[in-house]
Amino acid sequence: MTFIAQILTSFVASAAFGLLFNAPKSSLIKGGFVGMCGWMIYYVMEASGIDVVIATVTASFFIAVISQVFAKMYRTPVIIFSVAGIIPLVPGGLAYDAMRNFVQNDYNSAINLAAKAFMISGSIAVGLVFSEVINQIIRHSTLTRHQKQ
Amino acid sequence: MENQTSYAYDIIQVCLLAGKVMLQNGGETYRVEDTMTRIADAYGAAQSNSYVTPTGIIFSIEGPEPSKTQLIRISDRTTDLDKVTKVNSISRRISSGDLSIQDAYNELDRLDKMTERYTFPKQLIAAAVASGCFLIMFEGQWNDFVPAVIAGGGGFFSVTLFNRLVPIKFFSEFLASFIIGLFAVLFVTLGFGEQLDKIIIGSVMPLVPGLLITNAVRDLMAGHLISGLSKGAEAFLTAFAIGAGIALVVSFL
Repeated sequence: MTFIAQILTSFVASAAFGLLFNAPKSSLIKGGFVGMCGWMIYYVMEASGIDVVIATVTASFFIAVISQVFAKMYRTPVIIFSVAGIIPLVPGGLAYDAMRNFVQNDYNSAINLAAKAFMISGSIAVGLVFSEVINQIIRHSTLTRHQKQ
Repeated sequence: MENQTSYAYDIIQVCLLAGKVMLQNGGETYRVEDTMTRIADAYGAAQSNSYVTPTGIIFSIEGPEPSKTQLIRISDRTTDLDKVTKVNSISRRISSGDLSIQDAYNELDRLDKMTERYTFPKQLIAAAVASGCFLIMFEGQWNDFVPAVIAGGGGFFSVTLFNRLVPIKFFSEFLASFIIGLFAVLFVTLGFGEQLDKIIIGSVMPLVPGLLITNAVRDLMAGHLISGLSKGAEAFLTAFAIGAGIALVVSFL
């Protein structure tokens, strides 16, 4: 039951964010799908006791891969799909907790939470960049092979 | 000679306009640079340099005659992926040689002035529903769904309203998160909601600069140090505004 609720809500939330970012109408459903895949990877990994940072890297890596496939299929920029997909992973809750502790003068736990939020947003970026690098290597190798022939 | 110089300036104009529209609407730094270089290349300026920051673009074309440089200022930034897509397709058409310089400039200019967004009620509903969904995703209870929807919708409504009244982004975000906090505390004290923290986190999500934080780290890693740092500063200010607005409610009520 919770599983189905997670699938549904992550799909709706990502699609809604696509709408807020004014993504073209036809890409809303695809953006929702990308977000759902990413969030389910993250959710399952986190529920089975894997570290949050590793779960985030994996999820954002797969989000970027699916977005790149979509971008190639529909000839649009990658950002349309990846932005909506990444939103659920963003440590908004952590950043909020950190800020709240800061303004309540509890600096020790605030720094802890802020460092964690920074680590997670860094790992989202690592996942994205990693998949981009792999994509470029593949593209580069096919290009040079074509040139050799 | 005279003709050649004005041709080079025409190329720069088209490149800068394309870069501006992309950057203002949330295109990534590397994509903006890439697009401008491609357009210049397609119009026969093989040697071009660009310097892209979130607040301005400098673009220059090298050639046999003295190199030409122009600057464009970027004052406001939003996220509008539709425009990014359209600039991308215009740049594709330029690369394949379908568009003359004048046509390209006209199309980009029209795109820059066009405001084709989803209607405000649609956006409001999207923000409200997203808030409720985030509550569930962060393991909140279904009882808190409706309070989060209302608080999130109220927050989004007020951030748009205050953005029109006050041109300072920091202030409107501060007020919006203050209103979210008020709604959440009100619901919990009246007994409609249970977990105050979850309701607040869920409804604050449409305001949180998640995209900015991620783009900032990504720019830093790609070597765009200035844009990475300034996007990080913008994200930090927004996060601070949200935190301060919520904290004001939580600590005084």
